[in-house]
Amino acid sequence: MIEVRNLVKDYGGHLAVDHLSFTINDGQIYGFLGPNGAGKSTTMNIMTGYIGATEGDVLINGHNILEDGEEAKKCIGYLPELPPLYVDMTVEEQLQFAAELKKIPKKDRNEAVNEVMELAKLVDVKGRLIRNLSKGYRQRVGLAQAVLGFPPVIILDEPTVGLDPKQIIEIRDTIRRLGQNHTVILSSHILSEVSAVCDHIMIIDKGRLIASDTPENLERQMAGTAGMELLVKGPKEQILEILEAIPQAADVSVQESGEEGINRASFRISTEPEEKEEEEDIRETIFFAFADQRLPILSMQTTKVSLEEVFLELTGEGTAEVIETGESLETDDFKGEPAEVNFIEEEEDGEGDEES
Amino acid sequence: MTAIYRRELKAYFQSMTGYVFIAFMVLFIGIYFMAYNMMSGYPYFSYTLSGMVTIIMIGIPVLTMRSFADDRKTKTDQLLLTSPVSVAQMVLGKYFSMITVYAIPVLLSGICPLIIKLNGNANLKADYASLLAFFLLGCVYIAIGMFISSLTESQIIAAVGTFGIILLLLLWPSLVGFLPTSAIGSAAGFLILWSGLVFAVSRITSHGPLAVVLEAAGVLSIAVLYLVKKDLFERALTNVLEKIAVTDVFQNFASHYIFDAGGLVYYISIIFLLVFLTVQSIEKRRWS
Repeated sequence: MIEVRNLVKDYGGHLAVDHLSFTINDGQIYGFLGPNGAGKSTTMNIMTGYIGATEGDVLINGHNILEDGEEAKKCIGYLPELPPLYVDMTVEEQLQFAAELKKIPKKDRNEAVNEVMELAKLVDVKGRLIRNLSKGYRQRVGLAQAVLGFPPVIILDEPTVGLDPKQIIEIRDTIRRLGQNHTVILSSHILSEVSAVCDHIMIIDKGRLIASDTPENLERQMAGTAGMELLVKGPKEQILEILEAIPQAADVSVQESGEEGINRASFRISTEPEEKEEEEDIRETIFFAFADQRLPILSMQTTKVSLEEVFLELTGEGTAEVIETGESLETDDFKGEPAEVNFIEEEEDGEGDEES
Repeated sequence: MTAIYRRELKAYFQSMTGYVFIAFMVLFIGIYFMAYNMMSGYPYFSYTLSGMVTIIMIGIPVLTMRSFADDRKTKTDQLLLTSPVSVAQMVLGKYFSMITVYAIPVLLSGICPLIIKLNGNANLKADYASLLAFFLLGCVYIAIGMFISSLTESQIIAAVGTFGIILLLLLWPSLVGFLPTSAIGSAAGFLILWSGLVFAVSRITSHGPLAVVLEAAGVLSIAVLYLVKKDLFERALTNVLEKIAVTDVFQNFASHYIFDAGGLVYYISIIFLLVFLTVQSIEKRRWS
């Protein structure tokens, strides 16, 4: 178990970590999430004893990293942002050196090194100088080094940064496997990564912990802003009329979809807290409303609020800015779901202008 | 500690630095030995070593420059500092590896007095004692270089800084000669030194009142001492500052053939102090 109590790191007037406290339980994968410069790396560097804290304590399985450093460090395997590798050594030499530093007994050393080389798929390159390895392989050597000797806590700072998609999947699989019997803490500014791997997400911004929950709970918390999108064959005005008659549909907008005679309608589902149970029924309501007018619905999709939005909301960039930065968001890691009704409206208005 | 020691030693011989250093040292020992002992027929090998004192001024910074600066630059210090190894062990591991590299040419030169012996009279005791002093002098220089390297990220700055300090130490006896020897001059010199020290303390601790108290106490005691016992200050400044000249101990061995045991203890104390300062400088960097 890791306990972080009231941690402060002051870089000459700039608070990189601002009274941060949390507890990490055994046997789960935790994700530190935050924008660049949020204090994730600084927190990890303090937790692993690389740098000291201005205030506060970090207890690793009961050992204070700042006072009883050697015992605490034995419990941790750390992969910093840049894997700390000596470029003048071969992969195997590097891992042997790390094993020796970690005080793995001499008789177990070869076995331990071979085990992590298998795990990180490094056997083929074990005789190569680290100088000649690509970024992806270096990252793997760093990972192998962190898990060497299988310490109970493994801390990974942006483990997938700079890797190609195949390598990212491989590293994620490895992390998931490690998570089965280790406590893993990883940091990232990429949401999909954290939500794909972690059991628990901690969102950090400006050195403070602003949310800490499972990915599902975080999404549920924000569920009030869900929306819906329809493709309907029929005239614009009629669609608008039908939708405005439905009480749950707010902020309705209808645009041409590009195909002849087909329009795209989108709206926000506004649910009063007491009406929550009826939320399921809105699809039915809509279906029958359009069926009555003999307008065929070609597709119907609920736009669930994604973790991206939770993240942006919590890190203070807010909905208003989601709309503004809508375009760049979509090119990002957006899962193809529109962020919000308003966002679609604005973007497609722009397209309409171009056409006319 | 042994892990770091072995890795560093290996790195010296993988990056050529070790070989180049040893070749450089052996070459110059050879040149001086040939010129002084073989050609001029001078029977003391210590004479060659006196010449080498200026040569290690160039060699040692090359050996020590990468010790901590490089780790800091490539962030490999993250591995060392997050491993269950104390900072002192890390510093000692690196220090011993540099001493080992330095010891190789020193040991090789141990043959030279025997060569002299083969050709006639030799002063083996004086020569080997000088060699010991020469070795320890080198260890002091390595400790200086390691300390400077721990202060910076740049190997170049580390090398140039170390070279500058060793050069200053070499010139020190002559520089001290320029200082005033009169009582009033000495007293003024002590005041300046004390004020500098207090300034350093106040910068490190950022504790204003402490600095004021220290400065007042220093000024007062120097003034009182000067008024009560003026002749105590005659030549006092030069006498005190002369002690810093580390090469004097070696010269006692090499030129005066004195076994200066106190001097060797002095060398070892400086080494301890510098290793301690290196540990502190790394700790300080972690906490600031």
